[in-house]
Amino acid sequence: MIDNYYVERTAQAVFTVFAVASLSFGLIRLMPGGPIDFIRAQMIQEQGTDVDMQRINSMVESYTNVRPSDPLYVQYVDYMTELLQGNMGVSMWYNEPVSEILAEALPWTVFVMAISLALTFAIGITLGAVMAYIEGSRFDVSTTLVSTFLNSIPYYVMAVLLVYLLGYQLSWFPTGGRFASDVTIGMNIEFLANAFHHAFLPIVSVVVTGFGIQALAMRGNSIRVLGEDYIRVARLRGLPPHDIALRYVGRNAILPMYTGMMISIGFLFGGSVILEEIFTYPGIGYYMFRGIESRDYPLMMGAFLLITVAVVIGIYIADLTYGKIDPRAGTGSGDREAY
Amino acid sequence: MKPTDEPDRTVPDGGSVTEEIDAPFETVSEGTMSRGERYQMTLQEWVVAPVQIIWSDWRARVGSFIILLYVLMGTVGVWLVEPSRTAEGPRLLAPFQNWAFPLGTDTQGNDLFAQIVHATPPMLEMIVAGAVFATVMATLVGTFSGYKGGSADRLLMTVTDILMTVPGLPLTIVLAVILQPRSPWVVGIILTVNAWAGLARAIRSQVLTYREEDFVEASRLMGISTSTILLKDILPGLMPYILVNFVNSARTVIFSSVGLYFLGILPFSQANWGVMMNFAYNSGGALYTLSAIHWLLAPMITIVILSFGLILFSQGTDRLFNPQVRARHTSSPEAENEEEDLNVESDANIRISQ
Repeated sequence: MIDNYYVERTAQAVFTVFAVASLSFGLIRLMPGGPIDFIRAQMIQEQGTDVDMQRINSMVESYTNVRPSDPLYVQYVDYMTELLQGNMGVSMWYNEPVSEILAEALPWTVFVMAISLALTFAIGITLGAVMAYIEGSRFDVSTTLVSTFLNSIPYYVMAVLLVYLLGYQLSWFPTGGRFASDVTIGMNIEFLANAFHHAFLPIVSVVVTGFGIQALAMRGNSIRVLGEDYIRVARLRGLPPHDIALRYVGRNAILPMYTGMMISIGFLFGGSVILEEIFTYPGIGYYMFRGIESRDYPLMMGAFLLITVAVVIGIYIADLTYGKIDPRAGTGSGDREAY
Repeated sequence: MKPTDEPDRTVPDGGSVTEEIDAPFETVSEGTMSRGERYQMTLQEWVVAPVQIIWSDWRARVGSFIILLYVLMGTVGVWLVEPSRTAEGPRLLAPFQNWAFPLGTDTQGNDLFAQIVHATPPMLEMIVAGAVFATVMATLVGTFSGYKGGSADRLLMTVTDILMTVPGLPLTIVLAVILQPRSPWVVGIILTVNAWAGLARAIRSQVLTYREEDFVEASRLMGISTSTILLKDILPGLMPYILVNFVNSARTVIFSSVGLYFLGILPFSQANWGVMMNFAYNSGGALYTLSAIHWLLAPMITIVILSFGLILFSQGTDRLFNPQVRARHTSSPEAENEEEDLNVESDANIRISQ
């Protein structure tokens, strides 16, 4: 059955990407006011009403990979084939292939988001476990309240406050960019330190507003596990306390957090559009916003697709590793036909 | 509410048997309930008890108070506070200086407080539209899929899984750019276009446990139709769960809508909390001087308080999940309810609250 689970999971990931790609084709092609109308309108504006229809079509084709004169299904097949080969069209604003712009930007988004995700969960899990162990103490009560409050601040509000205070007012941190222009790019300490310095504020704004919900989740899970019979049995058997804490309580309390992590992956990558715009951090979300601002549809749709693919892959990896950690995964019940 | 929750209750529904009779199948109920009594019981069970449970938790109390405040601001407040006009006051007046402009003014001399109050009604409409859409979609898909099972379930869950994986904010942005929605109702629905998927999955797994219960089995044997079973037997048990998630979807709508207005992605015709942040951030030069910080902070604090209230409310109403607390409240309103395991947050709250 395990093999079946992996096959099913892989098929689902592939199908999700396929569905989103089809959706983006539908949006590009069919929506009124979409890129095709936009390019046409722009050319009419530039050259008067007697523009060459063929020229418009070839322009549209080179930018969006859609040939408007073909029948719909041919357009669709062409579009999907081009996508499979990594061709996302040409950015109208930067006049460069979309895939090149985004390929260069993606690692930076992954860099910021991976660190944020790791920190959010490291802090959340540790804090939640401590809170559960001294449940009802003053530390527990006050931390619960603070976590709840921090969680009710949108991350972009935190981002604006941080960039305002630490960036513009105090100038402790840069207000934009990935690294300073005067450092040599490479695996040297100076460059890494500089990159971290630039990524610091985006990471902090995500972590500070995000760890609370994870800490509360971990606290709830731990309290539930601590009340289980097998914990009492383990204590009665005289197992060392740190073994109980790590192997019994820790493991069983962390497992349900996996769902939260998968949701967070989508949340973080999706949020990069707002976050990277505030910090002018040229990652994939930043380019998606640039695409929207300048009505550069190929860039916008390309970034949308790539963000989705990144999230699908992230969740896919999380799902597969979850199967490794929790032997119960993949044996879903309730699948039978009923009533 | 399922009947098994009230084991010691002797309201005659045909179930209570007097000791002396040997043949249990020939018993009749000991008394009858008048229509009035039935209404009273329903009222007790559905309105009085939940309100009491909510009220007994300070988080839910504070949360309800905050939510009520915003609702009042969006309904009555709009009548009391004059809409702001350009140059009605001095430019960039600091807050709490002049009570004609309690929160100060922006660079155009607009009253910030009036702007915030008058942005509330569209915000509330957006929240209601989004939360209702997400909750109804999730409940329909989740209950049907969970109860029906089989290939219908597999198809619906495949769609749900795909929607869950697609990152919500970029999808919303793409739709918003293409559709350019102006009506708050439409904006609300676009913002939750895939937010319902996670909730639908959660509701489905709840339904899976419910459909094996005895009382559902009994209804099925009696030949009651699927829709009636779903409506009368299964849905009531899910109501608290759905309520908590309604509140969480509301928070999703606030977060994304303000974020998108702040970025200027959604078209707007009047001031709005996100639009105010946008102006303060981009045009006011608020970033370089401390004298305009209140312009930025006023909408921010407005959002944070509302979102804090919603979180507190949903944490507090989590107690509605606990059938014991409910049963006690239904039978004796004065019952003490300090429960140890109430500290445990339910999954529902954590799953969707991002």
